This record gives sequence, structure tokens and C-alpha cells, in this order.
Amino acid sequence: MRRIFDFHGGIHPPENKRQSLTGNIQHAGIPGILVIPLSQHVGAPSEPLVAAGDRVLGGQCIAAPKGLVSVPQHAPTSGRVVAIEERAIAHPSGFLAPCVVIEPDGDDEWVELQEAQDYRSEATTLLLDRIRNAGIAGMGGAGFPCAVKLAPEKAIETLIINGTECEPYITADDILMRERAAEIVSGALILQHILSPAETLIGVEDNKPDSIAALTAAAEGSGLEIVTFPTKYPSGGEKQLIEILTGKQVPSGGLPADVGIVCQNVGTAVAVHDAIVSGRPLVSRVTTVTGEAAARPGNFEVLLGTPMDYLLELAGYDASSNRRLIMGGPMMGFTVPDASVPVVKTTNCLLVPTEAELPTPPPAQACIRCGMCAEACPASLLPQQLFWFAQGKELEKLESHNLFDCIECGACSFVCPSNIPLVQYYRASKADIRQQRSDQAKSDHSRERFEARQARLEREEQEKAQKRAARKKAAEQRAAAAAENGQEEDPIQAAIERAKAKKAAQASAAGTESPQDKLEKAVISTRKRLEKAQTKLAEAEAAGADHIEALKTGVEKTRSKLATAEKALADFLAESAPATEPESADPAQAAIDRARKAREAEAAQSPQERARIQLEKLQQRLQKSEQRLNAALAGGEEDKIVEALSASVDRLKEKVADAESATMATEEG
Amino acid sequence: MLTLLLDQPLLAALAALVSLGLAFGALLGFAAVRFRTEGNPIIDQINEVLPQTQCGQCGYPGCRPYAEAIANNDEAINKCPPGGEAGIHALADLLDMEAIPLDEEHGEENVVAIAYIREAECIGCTKCIQACPVDAILGAAKQMHTVIASECTGCDLCVEPCPVDCIDMIPQEESLQTWHWQLPDPVSREIEIIASDTDRDRAA
Amino acid sequence: MALLRITSPHAHGPNSTASVMQKVLLATLPGIVVLTHFFGPGTIVNILWGGVVAIACEALALALRGRPLGFYLKDYSALVTSTLLCIALPPYAPWWLIAIGVASSILLAKQLYGGLGYNPFNPAMVGYVVLLISFPVQMTAWASPRGLGDVPGILDAVRACFMPGSFDAITMATPLDVLKQNKSLLVEDLWTQNPQFGRWAGIGWEWANLAFLTGGAWLLYQRIFTWHAPIAMLVSLTLLSAIFYDGGSSASGGSPLFHLLSGATMFGAFFIVTDPVSSAVSNRGRLVYGALIGALIYIIRVRGNYPDAVAFAVLIMNFAAPFIDHYTQPRTYGHAPKEKP
Repeated sequence: MRRIFDFHGGIHPPENKRQSLTGNIQHAGIPGILVIPLSQHVGAPSEPLVAAGDRVLGGQCIAAPKGLVSVPQHAPTSGRVVAIEERAIAHPSGFLAPCVVIEPDGDDEWVELQEAQDYRSEATTLLLDRIRNAGIAGMGGAGFPCAVKLAPEKAIETLIINGTECEPYITADDILMRERAAEIVSGALILQHILSPAETLIGVEDNKPDSIAALTAAAEGSGLEIVTFPTKYPSGGEKQLIEILTGKQVPSGGLPADVGIVCQNVGTAVAVHDAIVSGRPLVSRVTTVTGEAAARPGNFEVLLGTPMDYLLELAGYDASSNRRLIMGGPMMGFTVPDASVPVVKTTNCLLVPTEAELPTPPPAQACIRCGMCAEACPASLLPQQLFWFAQGKELEKLESHNLFDCIECGACSFVCPSNIPLVQYYRASKADIRQQRSDQAKSDHSRERFEARQARLEREEQEKAQKRAARKKAAEQRAAAAAENGQEEDPIQAAIERAKAKKAAQASAAGTESPQDKLEKAVISTRKRLEKAQTKLAEAEAAGADHIEALKTGVEKTRSKLATAEKALADFLAESAPATEPESADPAQAAIDRARKAREAEAAQSPQERARIQLEKLQQRLQKSEQRLNAALAGGEEDKIVEALSASVDRLKEKVADAESATMATEEG
Repeated sequence: MLTLLLDQPLLAALAALVSLGLAFGALLGFAAVRFRTEGNPIIDQINEVLPQTQCGQCGYPGCRPYAEAIANNDEAINKCPPGGEAGIHALADLLDMEAIPLDEEHGEENVVAIAYIREAECIGCTKCIQACPVDAILGAAKQMHTVIASECTGCDLCVEPCPVDCIDMIPQEESLQTWHWQLPDPVSREIEIIASDTDRDRAA
Repeated sequence: MALLRITSPHAHGPNSTASVMQKVLLATLPGIVVLTHFFGPGTIVNILWGGVVAIACEALALALRGRPLGFYLKDYSALVTSTLLCIALPPYAPWWLIAIGVASSILLAKQLYGGLGYNPFNPAMVGYVVLLISFPVQMTAWASPRGLGDVPGILDAVRACFMPGSFDAITMATPLDVLKQNKSLLVEDLWTQNPQFGRWAGIGWEWANLAFLTGGAWLLYQRIFTWHAPIAMLVSLTLLSAIFYDGGSSASGGSPLFHLLSGATMFGAFFIVTDPVSSAVSNRGRLVYGALIGALIYIIRVRGNYPDAVAFAVLIMNFAAPFIDHYTQPRTYGHAPKEKP
């Protein structure tokens, strides 16, 4: 007899299991519609691989896993994908989530399955891949991807198969152990093969004598040990079961793998068996439907994605006597917003109690600090103190009293004489603490960014100041030098001389290159480029390539550039012929001379001339603006842009009008 | 000497008090020099509590100036709307002061909003980039501007400078990922609700 | 009908505040019966009158606070407080004494702090101490037990209560009182000279304490409270009186048996110390709490000014309960032992 331990606290609620154990597992059949949520597990939601209108076969993968902690989804039967859209899911909030909606065609045609009777010869990684690709997540209610759990970093000493099912009303695991004990044992052996633990235990509570007998018979000679222990809620919780069977405690914030233990539900073991031995992905599960509002309670093998109202009808559901539809058991199950939501991988039970059976909780009374909650708590917490701190929103005290070690089993609320909904306080407080932590992280991050930005702005200011100071210093130095040489400092003259000096240095380094030479060079290189572009265009036209238009445009541009270059050369030759200016070889000086000439010419213009030239320029600008406006209107641009453009057109029109009147005035005057 | 003091109780008392004063004064002076801290660490601690949105709703150009004002000028601690009630309580705990309600003049404790630029209207003027205190807007002159949503603190400072008014502040709504159970109504309120309304869900 | 959204758990056990309070009241019955047998129906009159005053005060306070009366009154907590207080008061006490005591325990010690569950001090003991300090004469005038005088009938009891002065109950000092006043006699001689000492701890008192012990044991069996606080108190009281018992000299503090079976020891252990609202929270904390109460009871009885010390000891430890809580948190699952609180 293996030594078993006990955990602190625990309660003995009325079991209410015999109502759903009257028959065998019934098959629920194929419903009219299947809604498969993309996230039925802990981790990243899977990504759909099919599109609306596709035909899918049973067992076909319809959504791929995303990342390491994720599992795929499979079509439970053959049919047509109606849509991939947001639908109501089994979640107390009532929010929608993306789902693949399949309309079964009733043929139940399946993809070809890869069987593997002899899995022992296969590598562990291959087996894990097959488990992952079969979409297996924990079926006891948590939904953690199985393949990730089976690949821990530490060595595993004990593998525990959890057949406890401590919660009242639920009998799905019980009936699985009675009818499919062989598959459970096979699945356990596969898991054992993967993990290579020193021992493998199957834990069952002593209120299931038939299951114990069936399992013991099936496990004969396999090396698996069936361990029974007294019934107490919540022995089926992973942490509590580990404590019962091994006496070890999972460290706070850690995983069972940290103490060398892996725990899997019996339903998961069956799914692993199906996946490896039969090659079947996870597309159905056994769900208990019970509660007095169901006339024919029992266990059903139901396809995943079946709407709950279909399943409830099979069980003889009477909606008028039922106020709460609970997915899960009475202690940890959550209420579902309406009955059309689908069954998912973690739906172990649908509980539909009447008001008399599980009355709606009366209003909570004051906490009398009796301490019964602390007596019941399996985690040895002080629920009373946690309640007072939660009421007062003292988040640090909650953390120091280990709020996050609460497994939300509900034992404290069950025993509370004042009917206080303790677990709700803890859930809300945990969310508040998480929110506060993320807010704090965000504000720290923002502060760093702000300080970095301030530093950057300061740095830029400093650099500007430095440059200004350096320039000022250099100017002062030159002034001092000039003063020493007895010359008047004329800044413009100094600038001209500096430019001259630079140019002279460049010219002497590059050799004597006259502007004429430069222009001639430009013409030659542009001509060469035009030839190249034309050949490319010819080749493209011969080959019938796509970018003929682009090449044509390129050729046009190059041609016009060539024309400009040639014109420039011609102009220069024409200009430099008279060569009246003494320093025409210096382009800077030439530019300055040209500017001077233009100014002189302008000064020499009569007022009429000036006005006329001004008017011409404005009219050109107005033309261009009107063109742009028409283009915008034709192109259907946004109102704001059209408005802006027409505003500028109007402004220009005004200016043109002014210029015209000015011109007329000068002509008159 | 001792007998003189014992004979003159007044003198003795005076001497005792003066010597005590000198002794403690010396001790305090020594402590002031030996245990002096550079700067005022309380300012950093206050700054850590503030939410770092740099929005200026408190009347100061950023969170650090407000922290300095609280520490040096006895500024009230209830001027920060993004910090909300929780922030005021945290400051009250830190500074051992009373937690007063939020000063409504400076704004309300709103749902957090994230800025969003309507890119079709953006003209690339960089005025919002210069305004953002945490550099959460990506862009350059004449290039498209866009808000990096994960960095935006919802401070609102970019909305004003935009010449084409193309920035929206979008409030963050609850989603499946952010939903959680709320604290139940306090014991006293529940009874009134139960009596009148049995159909409504009470645990929401 | 729309489906409700309610948080788990959806099932609830059979406990309720009202049933807890009713069981406590039931458990006081053996003690009340014994007290009535030995001292007459004065206690019953006290309890009935005190109950009326308690309900009236609680209703007044709830109305002033704007709370629905029916919901709050039906948890029986006011009745429990008044019953416990009235058991501790001398029988045939005048009606105004009872009224003041009950009113101060309900209004001062309970409703002013926020009602049931919010009071830091044991309300019955607060009422008792208010009376003891304000009206010491009336509070120490205990009736003489059967066998040493006539025990009044029910009508006389009612008259004594509501028409004080009309009925002269024969009063006699309690054994604790006598022991305290004793300066010169050896305990043996004290015993023979003062007949109210009875066999061990006082006529009437021994049986009353045993009756309360029975009631308390039943409450333990019903798991209304855990054994830690009452057993710790009794053990520490026994230990201290045993250590300091010098065999019966004139300065003796009294034997362990005397202390256990006299005065309000058993009543205090199982009905006052176990009041959950004002005691420590964790079982380890309750051990410390109970032990210190026992020690204080002994010290005050022997060295203090008052003959019986349960009320003061409990109130003093009520002050200390939050401090005890802070340092006696149980080790949570998954945490290493010897963690700092």
C-alpha cells in the first residue's frame, strides 16, 4: 500500500454524481452547425487555414498553432466552412471571439489517419509533434497544450494520471475510467514512454469503486500503480493531488515539473492514445450533462463545436426551470451567457440546476470572522484577511498574504456562514493587482522614453551652442588678426576672398579645367546616357517586357537633358565670346557678376516694365495653380486638399488683379 | 561646584537644560553632516509613483516638475488625473499625508485613450512629433506620421498642434482579453438591489 | 428568462450566521439551568429583559444608519451579545443596570464601529466593564446560593428587577471575592469559615462551570469554533495557578481547580474568548491569544484590584489581536517554512 498524505482543509459537499451515472456514454451525434473557436486552450489562438466556402473532411486541420504554446484545431466531421467570424463563446463575459463555423454534411467523411501501433520505436520529439498536431490540450478543465507540458526542462520522477474528479455532479472521467480503462492505460504508457519517470501513478478517489476495479484490471502487469485516497474536495486540483500522492508541495509561482512531477487528466491520456495509436486528432470529448433541469442526465460523447443547446436538448433540458447554465461543476464552473455557445476541449460538464437545487445566493451578510474559511482552504491561506484587504483595496497586503496562491476552488465561499462571494473578491483583486503591475511597468517605460527625449533635446541644444561659440571664436580671431594687420574688416569682402581661396585651391588640385570644358563634358556624358537608354528600350520592345513605358519616359527625359546641356554649352560659347569681364574664369565671381548685371538691368527697367514682368510671373503661377486644382478635382481628392488648392488659386487671382491694376497705373502715370 | 548647583535649584535646572540642548544640538549637527544625502531622494520616489504621461494637466510641464513641486513647495497631491484615485492614495502613503479627492479642475480620471492619426489627412508637418513628450510618433518632415500605439500614454498634447486636426483620441474599450470580474457590491448595497431587481445579474 | 451571470461557487454549505448564533445560544442553556437552580430565576429575568433592550437598541441603530431592519436583525447576533452579558451580570440586578449594560454593548461597542463583524472589542465584555466601573456596588452584589439561603421565586425575581428596592435578595460575596479579601487565614480555614466555598470552588459555581464546559464541548463538536483559543486559555490558567500555588497559605492565589471551576472561567473560555469577531484570526494566533488571556486572568485575579478578571483580560487581548495576527500567519502551500510575515 502506498503511503498517502493529506492536504490542509477541504470540504465534503454533497456528491450528486449518481444522477448522471445511470447509463453508458451516449453518442450525441452530428448537430446542424459546428462552431469551433480558434482559442480553446491556454496560449496564442490558432490561425485559420481554411476560408469560407471550403469543403473540409473530418479530422482535417482547420487552424494552425501559433508559436510554441498553442495547439491546432480540427474539423470534427466533414462539411462546408460557412464562415470564419466572431461568435459567442463559452466565457462568462459574453464577449465574442473568432470561430470557424462549419455546416456538417452528415457524411462524416474523414481524412486518412496514420496509425502507429508500435510507437516505442519512434523518437520522443516525433511523438510530441504528433500530440501537438492532434490538437491535444488538457481536458480536465485548464486546457494547457499537452505537448508543451510533456517537454519539461527538468527530469521527471513521477507521472500522475488524474482520475480524481473531486467536483460534485461531474462524472465524465468516472465513466471514461469504467468504459475505456484500456485506452487510459495505453495513453498513460505512451506518456510514460515520453517522460521516462521513475513511477507512474493513477490517482482515483475512493467514491468510484467501479472505476478503480476497471482500471486495476486494465493496468494488470503494466507497471502502473492505481492509488486510491479518501474523497475530499478539492483533491483533484493538481497541486493538492501532488501533495496527496507524494507529500511534496509545488513551490509558489512554480510548476509541478519543478519538483519532478507531471500531471495529466485521464481524458487527455485517452486523447493521446487516440492520437498516437489511431492517428485521430482531438475532435470530440465526453461531457456530463446533469442538474434537475435536465430530464435525462448522463454522459455524452460530443463533437467539439456542438452548440450547447443541441446537447442540452438530448438530455431533456427544461429552460423554464433553470436560471444558470454552468460550464463545469458547481464549485469552479462558470456561467455561460446563452445556450448557443459551443462545446470546447475543456467542457467537462454542463450543469443546469433548478432554483431549489442550487439556489441563487442570498445577499451576503457581514463577515463575522469565524475562520471557517481558513479551516477549509487547501492552500492554507487566510481567506478572511484576504476578504478584508480586498474590500479595502489594500493591494500590497493582499500580495503579502499570498493572494496569488489561491486556486479559486471555492471551498471558502462554500463554508462561509454569511454567504460572502469570497472568490469573486479574490478574482477582482488579482485583476486589479495585475493591472497595477502593468500600469507601473508602462509608466516606468514612459518615464525612460521621456528622459531619453529630454537628454536628446539637451544634447542638440548643446551642440548648436558649441558650434555657435566656435564660429564666434573664429570670427573674433580673424578680427584680431585683421586688426593686427591694420586693415578694416569687411565681412562681405572677407567672404568673397575666402571663396576665391577655396576655388583656387580646388582648381590647382584638379588641374586647369575651364567652364567650357565642363559643359562639353556634360554634353558628351549625356549623349552617352541617351544612347544607352535607347538601346535598352529597343531590347525591351523586342522582348515585349513590362516596363516599356518606363523606359520610354526615361529616354524622353535623357533626350531633354541632352538638349539642355547642348543649349548651355552654346549659350556659354556665345556669352564668353565677347569676354569683356576680366575674371570670367571664376564661376563664383561669374555668378556674382551675373547677379549684379541682373540687378542693374532691373534697376534700369522702367516701372512699366517691372510691373509687366511681375504680372507675367503671377499669371504663370496662377496657371500652374489652376492646373493643379483641376487635376485634384478630376482625381477625386479629399475635400480638404481641394479646398486648400482652390484657396490658393483665389489668392493668386487676387494678386493678379492687383498686379494688373498696378500695371495700368504705371502705364497711366 | 556640585554643592553650589545643588544649593541653587534654579541654576541647576538651567544648567541641566542648557547642557542637554548643547548635547543634542551637537548630535543633530553631526548627523546632518555625516548622513547628508545628495539632492532630495523623495523627488525620485514621487516621480516613480506618477504615471509619466507628461500631459501637463496638473499645471506643471511634466511629471518631474510636479514631483519637485510636491516635495519642495508643498503642492497638493490631488492634481494628477491620469494617476487617479490610486495614484493619490499611493502618494498619500508615501508622504504620510491624507488622501484627498481628485481636484476636478485639472481634469477627470478618464478611460485611457490612445492617439490615432488619420493618415489620409496628414500633411507631414512634424508639429505633433515635436509635441509628443515620449517620442511616440514616428515620422519626418513631409513623410507620413503615425502613432506607435504601445508607447502612447494618452496625454493629449499632440491634438492641439495639428494644423489639419487629424488626430483622434480613441478610448480603450474592454475586450475579451481585458475583461475580469468586478468587486461585488458592498454588503449594504446588495440588499437594496436584491429586493427590487431579481433578473439583473448581480455579480457583474 | 435571461441566464444569470454569477461567479462560482454555485453550491453552498449548510452554514449560516443565524444557525451559528442559535447554536451558541443553545449551548448556554445548560449553564443557565444550573445557575437558575442554584441562584434562582434572576438570570432568566435578566436575559429576557436584556434581549428586549438589545433588539430595541439594534433596531434603533440600524434605522439611524438607514439599513433594512429585517435582514440585519435576523442574524441573532444582538441576542447572543445580550444573553452572554446577562449571564455575567448578578441575578436580581435592577432593570436600569441591565439596560445600560446592554445598550452600551450594542450601541457603543458594536454599532458605532459599523455593526456585526466590524467591532474590535468583545461587545458583551465592553458592556460588563462599563457597568463594573460605573456601578461597582451593584455589580458585586451576587445572590446567595441555594442551601445557604432561600432562593427567590420567579415573581420575586421580576419584582427585584423592575422594582429595585422592593425585594431584598440576600447577597453574599462570591468565592473569588472572599479569596481576594483574605489577608490572614489559611485557605483551609477560609474554606471552613466561608460556607459558600462548597467542595472545590463554590456552591453553584462548580456546577455552573461544568455546565458551561459541557455547552462549550458541544460547540466544539459542532465545529462552531476551533479548540485553540479556549484550550490555550485553560491550559495557561492551570499552569500559572499550579506554578504559583504554594499549598494553601494565606497569601495563596488559589489552586488550579479553584481557578478552573470558579467565577466565569469556563463561561469565558467557551463563550467569550471564542467570540470570533474580536479574537485573532489564525489558529496559531488563537493559541497565543488564548494563552495570554489565561495568564492575564490569573494575574489580575491574584494581583489586580478586581475579583474576576475575564472581562479585562479579554479586552486587553482584543487590543493585541491585530498585532498577533501580523506575526502568526500560517505557512501557505508552496512557500518555504520560516518565511517572514
